[in-house]
Amino acid sequence: MSALVEGATVPAAAARAGAARTHGPLFVALRRDLLLAARHRSEVFTALSFFVVVTSLFPLGIGPEPELLRRIGPGALWVAALLATLLGLPRLFASDHADGTLEQMALAPRSFALQVAGKMAAHWLVCGLPLVLMAPLLGLQFGLDADALGVLVVSLLVGTPLLSLIGAIGAALTLGVRGGGALLALLVLPLYVPALVFGSGAVEAQAAGLSVRAHLSILGAMLVLALCFAPWATTAALRIAME
Amino acid sequence: MHRSPPPGRLSQIKGLSGTPMNDASVPRTPVPCVLTATDLACSRGERRLFEGIDFALRGGEWLHVRGANGSGKTTLLRTLVGLAPADTGSVSWCGTDIRAEPETYREAVVYLGHPAALKDDLSAAENLRVALEVDGVAVAAEALDAALRRLHLEGEHDLRARQLSAGQRRRLLLARLVLRPARLWVLDEPFAPLDAASVELLGGLLRAHLDGGGIGVVTSHQAVPVAASRELVL
Repeated sequence: MSALVEGATVPAAAARAGAARTHGPLFVALRRDLLLAARHRSEVFTALSFFVVVTSLFPLGIGPEPELLRRIGPGALWVAALLATLLGLPRLFASDHADGTLEQMALAPRSFALQVAGKMAAHWLVCGLPLVLMAPLLGLQFGLDADALGVLVVSLLVGTPLLSLIGAIGAALTLGVRGGGALLALLVLPLYVPALVFGSGAVEAQAAGLSVRAHLSILGAMLVLALCFAPWATTAALRIAME
Repeated sequence: MHRSPPPGRLSQIKGLSGTPMNDASVPRTPVPCVLTATDLACSRGERRLFEGIDFALRGGEWLHVRGANGSGKTTLLRTLVGLAPADTGSVSWCGTDIRAEPETYREAVVYLGHPAALKDDLSAAENLRVALEVDGVAVAAEALDAALRRLHLEGEHDLRARQLSAGQRRRLLLARLVLRPARLWVLDEPFAPLDAASVELLGGLLRAHLDGGGIGVVTSHQAVPVAASRELVL
């Protein structure tokens, strides 16, 4: 047992010396979730394939009417992106809650809000960014020209993080609720409306020959606002869920 | 309607409830750390689980929390670490309410709860490293290997957590106790899935922790190889 006695005290002394500090809590949580996503690739592809399939159904269902497709394209792509982001949300905190990891994160002597922000960032990188990268290709199905595709990508680039941030609040609020998935959709989708309006509105404005700056600025302002408040709101909801 | 059971006060310390909570004039470092619970009461829904819990634990002492299933042992532990709020009463660490300086308190406490807090898709070593990183503790690979060896998990280093047995999963959690410096251990049924040799091993860890001036709060249905300083029956 003497080896045990020694072993228990030596690392404690080393850590107290202050030499052992890891990366920031945000980065640690982000890297952990990305590692888990890499181990569980099917979940990553679910959102992306959903996005691809849904956006491909529109041209197939409507038929070869270029004018109509061009009209509905931005809206259809944005609605599909919105629903695809929603797919990964119930799992955002659920597995960590079930296996007790979330409690350990809340008990860590570091900012819980930053760890939660790291999880949100991971959700966007896994569920949001692939949609942004895929969008121009899918936009071609709707006959969008290069300029419209550019605006679409920019609007999604600003808009999908916003969707992840708002969605995380909903995911935290419905954590541990039976049938939380449906409730989450009901809770979050109305909150997605402004992002949808200004996101798809930007592409339509471009098509109408207007400036897209106003739409993108409002979208950006909403993102900044969400960046400031969503991690804290989510953290508060998570703490209630864990009580 | 709901009769409350007679509160367990086996380890009550007289006079401690009057301890000043926020005495700013007292320098914090020289004060030996004391975990104090004052008049704690918790309920689940309508039912009062326990009330009037008073105790104080100094360095080198550990509290054995006992009680039937559903008597509120886990709730008490969660209240002590600050995960669940108490209905009444307070918990203080070194004379400061834990809600006043949560970060200082969390630095000092390590809590092992019922859920394993392991990721099935990560290997044993990855799980341990990630859990420590979350706590802000970076460990060298050698220290990690040494800890796994000490818990007899060297063969499971690269094995996914889903492939570990219940006892191995628990021992993997215990490796955290070796690597993460903490003054206060709050352990919820740590002995439950362990075999006899591992029970001895954890007993040794607990003894070393107490000898080093640490404090423990442990629930256990089994006999614990270290004599309890106090007992609390809920």
